[in-house]
Formats: sequence, C-alpha cells, structure tokens
Amino acid sequence: MTASVFFRYLIVMAGVTYLIRAVPFAMFRKKIKNKYVKSFLQYVPFAVLSAMTIPDIFFATDMLVSAVAALAVAVILAYREKSLLTVALVSCVSVYAVEFAVRLVS
Amino acid sequence: MFAKFLKGMKDGIPIALGYLSVSFTFGIKAVSDGLLWWQALLISMTNLTSAGQFAGLSVMAGAGSLVEIACTQLVINMRYALMSLSLTQKVDKSFTRLKRWLCGFGMTDEIFAVASGKLHSVTAGYMAGLIATPFVGWSLGTLLGAVAGNILPAAVQSALSVAIYGMFIAIFVPPMKKAKPVAIVVAIGALLSCAFRFVPLIKEISSGFAIIICAVAAAGLGAFLFPISDEEEAHA
Repeated sequence: MTASVFFRYLIVMAGVTYLIRAVPFAMFRKKIKNKYVKSFLQYVPFAVLSAMTIPDIFFATDMLVSAVAALAVAVILAYREKSLLTVALVSCVSVYAVEFAVRLVS
Repeated sequence: MFAKFLKGMKDGIPIALGYLSVSFTFGIKAVSDGLLWWQALLISMTNLTSAGQFAGLSVMAGAGSLVEIACTQLVINMRYALMSLSLTQKVDKSFTRLKRWLCGFGMTDEIFAVASGKLHSVTAGYMAGLIATPFVGWSLGTLLGAVAGNILPAAVQSALSVAIYGMFIAIFVPPMKKAKPVAIVVAIGALLSCAFRFVPLIKEISSGFAIIICAVAAAGLGAFLFPISDEEEAHA
C-alpha cells in the first residue's frame, strides 16, 4: 500500500469515528426533563457494560476455567466495593494463577 | 482542576492496562497485514477504538473502498453516539463547547463507562485525565506489538485480557445491590448479549450493532418499567 492510499484510509476512518463520538457530545447541551428518556440514558451504561462483559469474558483468556475464576473474583470484590484498579488487577492475577496451576498439573 | 485531572488519570489506569493487551494484539496484526509500525501507531492514535480498528485493518488489507471503510466504522462505532448522548446529561458547567469537541475524541466504551459510573457530575479536567492514561496505554501497546510482537509471554497477555472486564464488573456490580432496576437491566443486557453470540441467524449481526440493540432494549425496558423519579436520581 502506498503512503497516499494509507492516508486516505486513515483520514476517512478517523474522521467518521471522531464525528460519531464528538457531534452528539458537543451539540447536545440541554438537560433532558422527560423522566422516561432520562431513565433510559441513566440505564444505558449498565446495559452496555453487562452486554460487553457477558459472554465476552469467557472467550478472553487462554482457558475457560481461568475466565470463570476471574469473573467470580471480580464479582466478589466489586460486591465489596473495592476500587476499579483493585478489581481489575486481582482479576488478572487470578487468571495468571489459575492458568499456572492448570499447566502445572496437566 | 489539576487535582481532578490527576484523579482522572488514576481512574484511567485499569483501562490503560486492559488497552495495553488489546492494542498489543492490534499492533501485531497490523504489521502482519502489511502495515508499517508507524502506520499502526498512527491508526491507534487517531482512532482510539478497538473493534473499529480491527475491522478497518481488514478493509485495508483487502484493498476495500473508502466508502466501505466509512460504512464499517459507522456501523461498528454508532454505539458511541448513544454513549455521548448519555454522558451529556452527566457533565458539569466546566465543559465549554471547545472542551466537548476535544473530549468527544476519547469517548470509548471503557472511558464512557467509568465517567458515567461516577456518583457526581463529571468535570472537563477529570474527563481529560480519564482519556489521557488510556490513550497512552493504547498507543504504547500498539507500538510495542508492532515493533516487538513477541516480547510479552502468552500467559501474561491472557491475564491482562480480563483487566477490562474486571473494571466493567467493578462499575456495574455495586449499583446492582443498591438498586434492583439496575440489577434487572444488567441481567437483560447480559442475556440479550448471549443471544447475539449463540443464537443462529442473529449471531451474524456485527458486534457493534449487537451492543446497540442490547443497550437500547435493556435500558428501554428498564426505563419503561422503572422510571427514575427526581428524588431517587442520586441513588441510580
């Protein structure tokens, strides 16, 4: 691919992606009054997050069992309201530990 | 202002860790698809999105048209419009028009998730910090993957790949125990998402569209069944 072809792709790709994100954020400035619309927008993050986590987490690691362990550990820590960083790091460590143990015994 | 920026940067660390592993894979793939290291890096620095970049890469590798790459990005990234709209309701007065145009660039799934998970309104300084660390992680990971794809052991890559999900869980679990409607919205979102993964026919729908449908359906049902009155708003 020549440099000019690459830059054409790059500009279109980055431009479309940027506009999708920035236009609604910059142009919409009103506070929404309607309680249904307001509730909808408040529920959106939770819906998005759970849809992105389940079932994707089960396919993220090298082994299903380490992913299940990470999910369990994360839910317990999150339930106890540990910080984002703590939950994320301990999940990673659980995956590493479980996969290490499985490789050791198999 | 600066303290808020630092707080944002700190909250961005788990995002950056997760990004490091994903963008590392992107860097490896970009180079194996025939791009140069600086091209891979430039794509990551200007796009800051995972699914969209991987899809864009395959269009480039297949020498697709510009219209094709534009449509791919539009479909996969349309969910960001919904997130941006949702976050407009949470930002405070420190967000001038210019700052909105600037911060709009950093509206990723994860940054949006952390920002909207905040109990109080989001300031421009906090948002800028929350974008800065993941941006560095995303760019650095791409660069490392592109120039030295084999330095990170597979076991470490596997472990890092759950950082993002751990962080998501840390955001949606605490409000689930305080507000039952949130728990129900989370459950519906997860169920629908499984349907889009496993059920024949609808599993052909692109992941970007699937997320939009899950979000609109789950949040819509939540709003219809459990509209939040102004008094309870603080707890949601």
